Amino acid sequence: MKADQRLDCIGLYCPMPIVKTAERIKQLKQGQVLEVVADDIGIKGDMPAWCEATGHEFLGLEEAAGEIRVYIKKTHD
Amino acid sequence: MAEKEKMSLVIYSGNLDSALAGFMLATTGASMGMEVSMFFTFWGLNIIKKNEGGIKSKGLVRKMLNFMNRGGSKRLKMSRFNMLGMGTGMMKGLMKDINMPSVDEFITLAKSIGVKMYACTTSCGMMGLDESSFRSEVDDMVGAAFFLGEARKSKVSLFI
Repeated sequence: MKADQRLDCIGLYCPMPIVKTAERIKQLKQGQVLEVVADDIGIKGDMPAWCEATGHEFLGLEEAAGEIRVYIKKTHD
Repeated sequence: MAEKEKMSLVIYSGNLDSALAGFMLATTGASMGMEVSMFFTFWGLNIIKKNEGGIKSKGLVRKMLNFMNRGGSKRLKMSRFNMLGMGTGMMKGLMKDINMPSVDEFITLAKSIGVKMYACTTSCGMMGLDESSFRSEVDDMVGAAFFLGEARKSKVSLFI
């Protein structure tokens, strides 16, 4: 999946990927996609929950070689 | 913009592990767009006291209490397996190993993302603490009714 920005959270455990995502999403324009890469499996549940709480769109996730990539679309400011 | 959901936490325990649990939940809540308040009471006050500088209090019992509880977030101990500090030291090593922020770092982080931190006035009165005892991140000294005012409007209320 294509993304406008990428956030590397490899080596970070919950809640840090979420905290950093909340911070980084501010730098995106509405409609842009953020790719978050993590290796803590918690992100599989954390990110959809974060999207539901904040209203941003969870586009999906890809998993390969121990790395999980999640894609979020910024829907509002 | 819709009104933010509120989250309230009572931080009653003053251990390293419970402090981490409290801050992890608080910072996650704030990152999910919630308005988070942390109410530090009793032993929880040890988490938000200044790291350096002693407490000046009146009375022998208070002086002993504040001496035994000296220091702030950097001197918190594990609730179990402290083992005269060895266990706490090992736990801090594990935290570093997985890039987990220290309690001190969590306080700074929480403040930067808008988490409100309050000290309980009654616990302060009992232990002989005042505004000067706490670090700059603490927003105010408040009472139980203030906390419950926040809690009754909160979707999430926790006692740690």
